[in-house]
Order: sequence, then C-alpha cells, then structure tokens
Amino acid sequence: MGDHSQGEMMIVAAARMLRDNERAFIGIGQPNLAANLAKRLYAPGLVMIYEAGVIGADPLRLPLSIGDPCLVSGALSVCSMYEVFSLYLQRGLIDVGFLGAAQVDRFGNLNSTVIGDYHNPKVRLAGSGGACDIAILSRRTLILIPHSPRRFPERVDFITSPGYLGHRSQREALGISGGPEAVITNLGVMKFDETGEMYLAALHSGVSVTEVKENTGWDLKVSRNLEENAPPTPEELRVLREELDPHRIYLGKLE
Amino acid sequence: MESKIVSMGEAVRANVRDGDVIYLAGFTHLIPFAAGHEILRQGKRNLTLCRATPDLIYDQMVAAGCASKVVFSWMGNPGVGPLRAIRREIEAGQLEIEEYSHFDMVTRLMAGASNLPFLPVKSNKGSDLVEANRWIKWVTCPYTGESISTVPSLKPDVTFIHAQRADPEGNTQIWGIVGEQREAAFAAKRVVVSVEEVVPGEVVRSDPNRTMIPGFLVSAVVEEPWGAHPSYAQGFYDRDNQHYLAWDTVSRDASALEAWLEEWVLGVNCRREYMGKMDASQVLGLFPRTRPSYSVDYGIYR
Repeated sequence: MGDHSQGEMMIVAAARMLRDNERAFIGIGQPNLAANLAKRLYAPGLVMIYEAGVIGADPLRLPLSIGDPCLVSGALSVCSMYEVFSLYLQRGLIDVGFLGAAQVDRFGNLNSTVIGDYHNPKVRLAGSGGACDIAILSRRTLILIPHSPRRFPERVDFITSPGYLGHRSQREALGISGGPEAVITNLGVMKFDETGEMYLAALHSGVSVTEVKENTGWDLKVSRNLEENAPPTPEELRVLREELDPHRIYLGKLE
Repeated sequence: MESKIVSMGEAVRANVRDGDVIYLAGFTHLIPFAAGHEILRQGKRNLTLCRATPDLIYDQMVAAGCASKVVFSWMGNPGVGPLRAIRREIEAGQLEIEEYSHFDMVTRLMAGASNLPFLPVKSNKGSDLVEANRWIKWVTCPYTGESISTVPSLKPDVTFIHAQRADPEGNTQIWGIVGEQREAAFAAKRVVVSVEEVVPGEVVRSDPNRTMIPGFLVSAVVEEPWGAHPSYAQGFYDRDNQHYLAWDTVSRDASALEAWLEEWVLGVNCRREYMGKMDASQVLGLFPRTRPSYSVDYGIYR
C-alpha cells in the first residue's frame, strides 16, 4: 500500500502523537478522526473527552460530529458542558487539547472566528466553540491543519485561541501555562523553539523543504536535525479507510 | 396534580412574545426543532436567539426574519459546514451578534441559573474575543490577587428543552448528551418542555437521578414525538444526516431556502404533518439497535 494521500498522512502523523492513557480533549473535524485512529491502533487507553460533556468515549463508528450518539453509548461518563469545562478542563485534568483551525500563525495562535476585520468580515467562520478554552487550559495542545499560505499567515486576522502570542514570555506573563506542542499538516510537523516561534521539525516522506516553505506565509525556520516521518503503514490505512471513514466524509475533504 | 400538557401551538403562543430573549437548548442532541418551527410559523419577530451552538434551526429562524440578534459561541452545521443564512446576514452587516467561547457561554447560564450577576472563568486571556466583546470583563481575586475574567449572567425570557420523557407536570428526564440544557432551564423565566413521550409520575420517581428539570420550573409540556428531528434523541432515533447535508445545498440560495421553508415549515400545521412528508425508509433507517443500561435498585426505606 504505497499509495496514500497527503491528507491520510496528516491524520496518521497526528494520531501517532497521542500517547496511551492520556486524557485528550478532542475538537471537531479532523482531530476527531486522528484521535479515533490512535485509540484503535496505539493508544487503547486514550481517554477521549468531548466538549458536549462526554468522558471516555468508545465509539463503534466514526462520530459524524462531536455531539454524536455513538460517543455516549459505552462511554465512562456523561456530564453537562459546564461540568466538562470546569471540573475537567479548568481543574487541570486535560493532558492534551487536540484542535483544528482556519489559520495558524508564526507563534501558534489560532483563528477560527473571521477572515478580515471582525466588525466587517470578509468571511465569517464558526467561532471559538471550546477552542479558546482548550488552548488556554490544556497542559499542551496539538494543532491539525492543512498547509497553505492562506492558512499559514505570519499573523492571524483574529486570535481566537492564544498560542505564544508574540513570544513565549508573553503567554507566561499572562499566567497561562501549556501552549502548542506541534502543528501537524499534510506536509510535515512543525514545533516551537524557546522563543515560541514555529519551525519545521519533520517532513512527511516525499515532501521537500521548498514545498513547505512555499506554503507558509513567512520565512519558516527549519530544524538542523530535520526528521522524516515514515509513510502510513498498511494497518493504519486499513483502519482509516475501512473502519473509520469508509464514506470518505473527512478524508474526502482533505483531497 | 395539575397537567401542563398543551399543543406546541398553544405553548409558543402563551410563552413567546416579540422581542423576547429565547434559548433553544441542546448540543447536537435533542435540538428543539419542532419548537423552532412553530415559533417561525407564528411569525415572531425581533427575537434574541441565544445558544452555545446555533445550528440549522437558528439558520432557518434567521432566514425567516424572526431574529434581530444572535448570542453564541460556535455557529455551524455540525460536521457539515457553515450556517449559510446567518453568515450572509453577518457579512452584510444586517444581524447583531454577541460572541463568547463555549466555557464563557455555559458559565453565563450557570450564573443565571444560580441567580448570580456574574461568574469568573479562567479562560479568555490572550484571546481577541476580549476586544470583540465588551461584556467579558476582569476582576482581581480578593484572596489571591490573580486577575480573572468574568462573564455576565444570561437569563432568557423563555428556554425550550426537548427531552426523552417527562410526566404531565413537567418533571423531565434526559439521558445521553445534556450539553447546557439544565442550566438553560434553571436560568430562564419560563421553560417549555417537549418530549418524545409523556410518562406517569411514578416512572420519573422510580429513577430520580435521571431527572434534569423539576416540573415546578416548567410552564408547558408538549408531547411531540420526533420533535428533535433532524437531530437525534438518544435511544429513540439517530441524526438524519441527509437533512443536514440537504440544508447545506438549500441554504446556498435564498429562493431555494424560501421554497424549503414553505414546504417543510410554513406549509405544514404541526410536527405530525412534517413527519408524514418524510420518506418512510429514510425514517426506518434512523432507529438504533437496543442497548439498555443495567437497572439500579434504589431500595424501599420506611
């Protein structure tokens, strides 16, 4: 199975970054697919937590949304939204927040609110949902987003969910711990240096540094120890294509 | 014992006035579509529509001209795409919005439900939401000196809840995702509950831990099977995803949208008529296989 799409590689690379037995707060869309892949393959003890109030989901099918009934049947617990945000997230029990966004910038700030001016938007997006809260209150966050110049501006139009703002110290000065650990795209994996600036840490197999730079809206730094991510294994592709997304609901959007 | 059972038409007429702040509660699950359609049919105007997750029903109500303002934290067609009618109105500068994060929004309800003027939330720091919304403010903690954001209470004039079951007095039981339903009910001045089935009071009393809303908060009870369609009711029916996908197409075009509202909302009198228009095989495909919980024994103590 040498054939795979860049979108499939992105989901697989993201899934590999979740660790067994972690408590993960799962955002809408592609993070949902990656988390479910991780749980089936290498993190069976992953506690998947959803903002609707589901704790420890164990779904039999791919959830259509993060409020799907398959998340409830067989879950550990169901509570209210206020309880999941206060007792689990604000209490500090979330190891990793797993987020998507419309834009991510040089310092890992996320925009899912507007393109253009807030009061006179060019495109009005869905808004924060739990993303702002998850970005501030998780111990660390993983960001899953397709790579393009439009999605990777030097500065996002609107900070919905703070990353390192303009420097790691700015986040610390506000008294917020945590922060983005990695940005996973269809081209590679980006991490953050001691100043909080994003750099290219790993390429997916078959992708060039030039391709990543051409799809990034600023002069992206590249690690001296640049790694290469192994392509998806046949088992990863089988679970993704046959068990999780046979109708290509998510995978189709990544083509 | 007083029965509060009425039709949806009566419940909306008695409880919703033009200009009201209303909350149709739920997170993807048990969305009160039947209530929203009746409000739309009765031509209510200048409503402030509040909900953490406005979905198709608010898109339809905004498109029909019911609303002057939307208060929310995430607006979209869940798992499908944007809310196209609301988005058009916002981009044209024709709809007022007030926007929060989810944690802010449910904290506003918790404050309203607990009769507090505000509550603190350890979120918002570093987010541009703070610039966009002047109602997110800051206090200094009197014990630690820490700076912490606050949000004001939200007290809707009327909250609509759809649930699996209630007794005739409105004691309401819900299982599955509850989202913000309980807080939205406790925060409201009036509560209208619609249910898949009305059950005797003894059914409720046999399992009190499952009761989310006590009847003494409830103004009206409507027996409305399929009242949450095309969203779902845990254990009763699945989400009708074809409907969500179809709305994504219909709502791209103002005249197609108008024709849809005419066919599915304005052109029918009630939920029974609406469901009667559905394709039977599509409806049959929505029933889940059964997965009952183990029952518990509360014991008798005398």
